[in-house]
Amino acid sequence: MTTQEHHTSTAYAWRAAAAGAAVIVLLATPAPSRAAQIEAPMPMTRVAKIEGPQVTIDNFAFNPATLTIPAGTTVTWANQDDMLHTVTAANRLFSSKGLETGDVYSYTFTTPGTYTYFCSLHPRMTATIIVK
Amino acid sequence: MAGHPDAHHHHRIQEDTGNDGLNRRGFLECMAWVGTGLLWTVSGGILSSRRLAFAADEQIPRGSFSFVQISDSHIGFAADANRDVTATLQVAIERINALQPAPAFLLHTGDLTHGQKPGEFDTLAEHLKSVAPKQVFYVPGEHDVFADGGKEFLARHGRGLVGNGWGSFDYQGIHFIGLNNVADLKAGGLGTLGDGQLEWLERDVAGLSSSTPIVVFAHIPLWAVYPAWGWGTDDGERALSYLRRFGSVTVLNGHIHQIMRKVEGNITFHTAMSTAFPQPAPGTAPSPGPMKVPADRLRGLLGVTHVSLVPNAGPLAIIDSTLA
Repeated sequence: MTTQEHHTSTAYAWRAAAAGAAVIVLLATPAPSRAAQIEAPMPMTRVAKIEGPQVTIDNFAFNPATLTIPAGTTVTWANQDDMLHTVTAANRLFSSKGLETGDVYSYTFTTPGTYTYFCSLHPRMTATIIVK
Repeated sequence: MAGHPDAHHHHRIQEDTGNDGLNRRGFLECMAWVGTGLLWTVSGGILSSRRLAFAADEQIPRGSFSFVQISDSHIGFAADANRDVTATLQVAIERINALQPAPAFLLHTGDLTHGQKPGEFDTLAEHLKSVAPKQVFYVPGEHDVFADGGKEFLARHGRGLVGNGWGSFDYQGIHFIGLNNVADLKAGGLGTLGDGQLEWLERDVAGLSSSTPIVVFAHIPLWAVYPAWGWGTDDGERALSYLRRFGSVTVLNGHIHQIMRKVEGNITFHTAMSTAFPQPAPGTAPSPGPMKVPADRLRGLLGVTHVSLVPNAGPLAIIDSTLA
């Protein structure tokens, strides 16, 4: 398996960008408030550009609930909810750690198929990635 | 935490050995409660509960005992709904310590921690050192096991428990059963007990007289409170089917961070408040996320549960107390 996953469980700032791309700013200092993350430039220790589609987590739901992507695509989930969630494959092929508000998680899908995933803390939250 | 041997506890706690004291003690160390304070009085085999704030004023007759349930401490949670969950936990502990006579033991019905981060279990243990009842029985919530499959929980609180963390003990004629319905949750599902635990439960109660009062405690409600929000247990009905022949069954749960009660035949269901943050009533919000309330209202939505038993005097008395 050549899949990769990337965790961002430390402090960071997340900026939505046009065309489904986003910039992740990794910080060495504790995260400021969400408002501050959005408004103010942060001291950067490292900047990683996240390409590809995003799935947001809000109100105990993944959005979009179904996402179709070509093989080799990296999907990034961003927890915008005020509760801890995870992104966990139904068959446990991949799983994030607990994602706090503002945390992101990425996973690269290399093999075509239908991947059902859920939040292992709130298992009624389910969604699907279809890899063509 | 040091449980002490008690002549009334016996060795139903572990199925592979006839040893008593150590296992008995071990089980006692395994269970504690988080999040809620509910004072339970057991009276003639029937539980009743009342809110802790009032409980301290009530007289408990001779020959009776009480225990306390707390739940959903969520150590590590720090969002707008409650920026200091250790402070509210400490208020719950102080309420418990004010109870006279002192409750016999404490049940924690899960979600000790919020994220299983380093130090969260330690913080809870540190606070509970100051609680008067020295025996604490814990069952896990999903927040205690999701990151590591329950390894840390079992290492800390699993001694004497069976499987991935369940067990039973007897205290003054009442059979207490702690269940784990948060292990290996499935996509789209609710809480789950699993075949192994259900078979154990059937065996555990098989030899008991139907007049034995039963108290079951587990994190996620065993009854379908609100499945759309995950508030129920997929195979909970099968567990209850083994208990319906008993004259008095009391089911104590947490998970939903609010008090809900239901009586179904001889089975009384009761959920406890959290010590950390409230959640909305079923269907009253877009999601079951933490409910933000003005600071002066928060403690009125958190609490403890005190259960008292009075011999031959009817139901167990359940009293829920807020921290306000």
